[in-house]
Amino acid sequence: MIWAGVLIASAACYGLKLAGLSLPESWLRDARLQRTVPLIPVALLAALVAIQTFSTGQHLVLDVRVVSLGVAIIAVALRAPFLVVVVAASATAALIRLI
Amino acid sequence: MSPERAILRDALGIAIASGAYAISFGAISTAAGVSLLQTCALSVLMFTGASQFALVGVIGAGGSVWAGAATAALLGSRNALYGVRLSTLLGVRGARRVAAAHFVIDETTAMAIARDDPRQSRYAFWATGFALFVFWNVGTLIGALATQAIPNPKVFGLDAAPPAAFLALLAPRLRSREPLAIALASAAAAIVLLPFVPAGVPLLVIAVLVALYGVMRRR
Repeated sequence: MIWAGVLIASAACYGLKLAGLSLPESWLRDARLQRTVPLIPVALLAALVAIQTFSTGQHLVLDVRVVSLGVAIIAVALRAPFLVVVVAASATAALIRLI
Repeated sequence: MSPERAILRDALGIAIASGAYAISFGAISTAAGVSLLQTCALSVLMFTGASQFALVGVIGAGGSVWAGAATAALLGSRNALYGVRLSTLLGVRGARRVAAAHFVIDETTAMAIARDDPRQSRYAFWATGFALFVFWNVGTLIGALATQAIPNPKVFGLDAAPPAAFLALLAPRLRSREPLAIALASAAAAIVLLPFVPAGVPLLVIAVLVALYGVMRRR
């Protein structure tokens, strides 16, 4: 099942890239489309942050991940590189569990 | 320094940075229960970071593969807009277009549109694309292999890694008030929806809501 998802999602992502290079420019130059599409990653990434911090499966949970997210927000505000943000958040969770 | 040398240096810098980011992708994907081969296949075939993180993130959170695949495709929609900006700049046809399409991502677009001369734009696009592809896949493999060697990823706090990764991907997109408001509203909506629908589904509902907002609002 995971393989099917991997392959179909990859094909879809490639198709979107190819469509941008191939479709007539006027189709995708539409002002509303140009304004709307950049909002989708903002909404989805923010939702993913919330879901992955505050839930396990379908249940809302408060655990060390909240503290990790706080550390990640500080790291992002300090303009830390990607890997530093991720490692700082992971290390925070690992340390708290150790204590 | 010649413009080409300067472009190569920048391309390599970007590729190394994203190689480090790919290490975290390999680690998060493997910790989510996605196999080594599937993780590497994603980096080779999908080759667009946010979508890859979303797919394995949804799987790791217990959502269905299809909700993850749909979220990955929705996140990939922005690449279509990059393609529009790049198509006149690159002027690629036939087989070269089929190859170029795979490289249409945030970093290559940013590098290509930052040049004034079209020849340098094309050079920047291909140099960044090739360098990033190599480092992205090597980084993924390293991250996945390292995580496979860990018996319990939770000991290293790897379950706290995905939210941080999504936050780091989100932050550069929050430069004005509107995206910030949308981000906060989406996060709140996700929490509200979560207990009532299967894992992964809140993301699809939110994508529909934000698309409706974008289309209906007047400006």
